[in-house]
Amino acid sequence: MSSPKAFVDAIGEFEPVIGMEVHVELGTESKMFCGCPTRFGAPPNTQVCPVCLGLPGSMPVMNAAAIESIIRIGLALNCSIVEWCRMSRKNYFYPDMPKDYQISQYDEPLCVDGYLDVTVATADGPLTVRVEIERVHLEEDTGKLTHSGGSTGRIHGADHSLVDYNRAGIPLVEIVTRPVTGTGALAPEVARAYVTELRDLVRGLGVSDVKMEEGSLRCDANVSLNRPGDSLGTRSETKNVNSLRSVEQAVRSEIQRQAGVLAAGGRVVQETRHFHEDTGVTTPGRSKEQAEDYRYFPEPDLVPLAPSRAWVDELRAALPEQPSVHRARLAHTWGIGDFEMVSLVNAGVLDLVEQSVAAGLAPDAARKWWAGELTRAAGERGVDPADLPVTAQDIIRVEELIAVGALNDQLARQVFEGVIAGEGRPDEVVAARALAVVSDDGALLAAIDDALSAQPDIAEKIRGGKVQAAGAIVGAVMKATRGQADASRVRALLLERLGVEDA
Amino acid sequence: MSAITRAEVAHLAHLARLDIPDAELDHYAEQLDVILGAVARVSEVVADDIPPTSHPVPLVNVLRPDVIAPCLSREEALAAASAVEDDRFSVPRILEEEA
Repeated sequence: MSSPKAFVDAIGEFEPVIGMEVHVELGTESKMFCGCPTRFGAPPNTQVCPVCLGLPGSMPVMNAAAIESIIRIGLALNCSIVEWCRMSRKNYFYPDMPKDYQISQYDEPLCVDGYLDVTVATADGPLTVRVEIERVHLEEDTGKLTHSGGSTGRIHGADHSLVDYNRAGIPLVEIVTRPVTGTGALAPEVARAYVTELRDLVRGLGVSDVKMEEGSLRCDANVSLNRPGDSLGTRSETKNVNSLRSVEQAVRSEIQRQAGVLAAGGRVVQETRHFHEDTGVTTPGRSKEQAEDYRYFPEPDLVPLAPSRAWVDELRAALPEQPSVHRARLAHTWGIGDFEMVSLVNAGVLDLVEQSVAAGLAPDAARKWWAGELTRAAGERGVDPADLPVTAQDIIRVEELIAVGALNDQLARQVFEGVIAGEGRPDEVVAARALAVVSDDGALLAAIDDALSAQPDIAEKIRGGKVQAAGAIVGAVMKATRGQADASRVRALLLERLGVEDA
Repeated sequence: MSAITRAEVAHLAHLARLDIPDAELDHYAEQLDVILGAVARVSEVVADDIPPTSHPVPLVNVLRPDVIAPCLSREEALAAASAVEDDRFSVPRILEEEA
């Protein structure tokens, strides 16, 4: 067992190649092949019928809205929509599919040869990477298994498994990229940016709620490494990647693991691996059955699909604004540049900023808090910023308190800390934590004098005209007042005290 | 001599979850050979201008509107299950044969 390499070393020695398979559960009212509802969170086995339970004699019929949705996704991804294709049976025995096969598409996907441009931030500015889409195809989702009897609730050690078929048969769109090469150290970020962009694009189409935490958008990340000049290496496929952060983390972790294996002279095994949100690493899953083992054949219970060109053109004409166009419009409205926009997208906070602005917050304030303190707080807790219990109203209230001088930025951070910790809304946190700006000049001057006598050499420098040294004294005063002073006021009082003009 | 090997029969049996005793593998290999031979004769008459047929009815785009239809009740859905726990179908441990 080799140990993982440091990321920078892995990238120094190997070229990573990534590929993404994203599954999107469509938000249709009814399932793909039957009229059962698709509502999330219904009691187990209450949204099932003979078709999705695979009972003998039942016959599937395709959902027109699902076909329309996948064509729109394909068009938005710049794909060609084929003129004729069939569904296939993918045969496998696993209790998540009661039919013992999944209706999917194999060699005749509905949408082919598209691309999605994604942008990542680099030291040299935003970099746009074109991710080529190999195919977009339609299939049905599987039932949900719960493993029971084992001590951990995980699949190993379970005595038996319990199956809820509510999800079985919900229309699922699988979007498969071609291998993405040449991204080097940016590979993890490109992977994340791709899934983010795809999520925004699908959401913009209104065909799915694309909630990773509820499983309506799921991502498998393929990673392989090769030495420069060599052909592509053996890839692993990491499943269970359930958040945008995890996409980046899983790719990074797989690059490091494979580099460790290869550098030690080992071989990467083609296998399915599981990503663990808690530890950020992947472990081996079940070994992958070969494609021929699925014995795909054309689904005899369904007739072929042949979307008319007129229909496809009509759907193309009605596509909404692309996320990239939408972002350009927002950037213009908010008066920000490419770099700021890419930062917002990569931090996963663009939607949050947009929602906050829509709720009445000034764009600058929305950006400042979401891209700054709140992103940091989310990172510290290992969650996405969207999962923080902070609302636009909270930020609006904090900004109001800052505007009237009741809070400064440092205290505002403490307010958000309290809101995130579940201590209530901003006013409640302010009251409970007794947060208030010290505006009594006398108290501030006393603290300034203390700080000056504690650091006489700095005091001398400031007197001598080195105004930039004032920061050390201001910092000491802020510390002494536990952040409850107005830093600009402290600075002004300090300079006045020393009889120095501000630079 | 069968073109289908014993190992292939055993592999197919595993994929189909059929428990075929070793002693019967040759027997099925011969039978599968005969069946494949019969099907192979079809390809002798196939011309390039005849596309493969997967469905006998020349129809496309049989679709239904996205409308919810009544489901089975949970009791009906679970009625034929061999075991039920917590309103779910209870099935044997999953990775046993793959482990």
